[in-house]
Amino acid sequence: MKYLALIYSAAGTGPEYGTEEFGPFMAAYQTATKTFHDDGVWLAGDALQPVETATSVRIRDGKTELVDGPFAETKEQLGGFYMFECANLDEAIKYAKMIPTSKHGTIEVRPVMTFE
Amino acid sequence: MTMKAAPTEIHRAIDSVLRADRGRLLASLSASLQDFALAEDCLQEAITIALQKWGSTGVPEVPQAWLLSVARRRAIDNLRRSKVFTQKSRQLAMLQEEASDEQDRKHDIPDYRLRLIFTCCHPALNTSAQIALTLHTLGGLSTAEIARAFLVPTSTMAQRITRAKGKIKQAGIPFEIPDEPDRSARNQTVLKVIYFIYNEGYSVTQGQSQLRIDLCEEALFLARMMVDLSLDKAESMGLLALILFSHSRHRARLANGGGFTPLHLQDHTLWDVDMIAEGHALLEQALPLGQLGVYQLQGAIHGLHCAAPSAEQTDWSQIAALYTILMRMEPSKIVALNQAVAISFSGQTEAALNILKSIEGDLQEYQPFYAAKADILTRLGYSKRADKAYDVAIGLSKIDAERHFLLAQKKRLRNSRH
Repeated sequence: MKYLALIYSAAGTGPEYGTEEFGPFMAAYQTATKTFHDDGVWLAGDALQPVETATSVRIRDGKTELVDGPFAETKEQLGGFYMFECANLDEAIKYAKMIPTSKHGTIEVRPVMTFE
Repeated sequence: MTMKAAPTEIHRAIDSVLRADRGRLLASLSASLQDFALAEDCLQEAITIALQKWGSTGVPEVPQAWLLSVARRRAIDNLRRSKVFTQKSRQLAMLQEEASDEQDRKHDIPDYRLRLIFTCCHPALNTSAQIALTLHTLGGLSTAEIARAFLVPTSTMAQRITRAKGKIKQAGIPFEIPDEPDRSARNQTVLKVIYFIYNEGYSVTQGQSQLRIDLCEEALFLARMMVDLSLDKAESMGLLALILFSHSRHRARLANGGGFTPLHLQDHTLWDVDMIAEGHALLEQALPLGQLGVYQLQGAIHGLHCAAPSAEQTDWSQIAALYTILMRMEPSKIVALNQAVAISFSGQTEAALNILKSIEGDLQEYQPFYAAKADILTRLGYSKRADKAYDVAIGLSKIDAERHFLLAQKKRLRNSRH
């Protein structure tokens, strides 16, 4: 099954760029990503630019409406994602736990829909 | 096969098979299908077919095996029709192999119920879903009975079960016993669900005592199953002991015309001595395993209550010591409250009051807190403050019998002051 791991965290809760903790934090991401590749579960994964760069698009009555900003203004924001190929939820959770942001943020694990 | 069977006989046969072996059948089907919802559907179809067929063929000699083999054939048809046929070939092969083995007898049905309960109590499901599913798949209660026991409409409970089954399927919750290091934590989740079911049954409110006793019996059945099947024996035995000790007193607890009689006023002759003996025997087996946990501790505490010849002869200092360990393992305001009560009875009333002071802020709405506080203050001779605490406890009480008990205590306090 395919699982999307959505990486959420609130601004200012994790190690920030330029601090002593930032290096090890990024290294942990590299280690995790390498494990995902080595174990053959990695399908995709990337970090996202901050929410300030987001544009929300919707069409209403045939007209395109653009909003500067994310879909939902919440404290915890989507900062990146991985897509895993796993046998089941337990395996997906095992890999989600390896994502360094899980220590200060939240990883939402969602199965990808398959149309039978 | 025997001769024709009357409709009532068929219904009775199916009811008794399902009551005893529903979990086993469902678990076995789920194991080969790796699809819990499909397993349920196929078993349901097999039951429908049985209702039609057994009228002319009679009830088969081993109805469990009959249902399982028909359900398997339904599953094979179902998988063949499925668009993702190739992905399901492994399950199909397994089913066909099992279906060709016509020697199926009840005792040959492999017991996969542990996997089933691990699936139903998966931490990705919320507690109410875990409870509903566990009772629905492994217990002997119907959806309507579970709904009544939890005081919700049948449709609500049916929805809860359907939603939980949907999540298991869509999120890919596995039908597996987890590996260490997760296994013992997951085992604890299962035990917690069983304990919750027991507690729900134990918190008797008037007029519902009968159905609630059913929940207690279900919890006992599930706890026994965990002792038989679980790989984490010590805590499973601890939970079974805890439930046995607690349940051994249920007649004494309800002796007051279905009302509520607190532990220290209970008639010990109404306690079930067999259950108590079984509880002690379980703890004697569990404790030497060296895997102390919260259920063994709580079981030991209840065991000491049950071992006391009378309320006055309770070994309170030992109980207080056990609560201190429990506080270290799983600190909570409720455990602290119980610790305070035990400490007060072991003679350190002032120390008990200090604990109460430290937790009062968090237990403002908790009736047992004020009942305990009132009692401790009474024993210390602080009548005025005790009187006030009784008033708060009475105001918070939602159970008639409990309120009557508190009012009587308050009256006794007033009389003793005059």
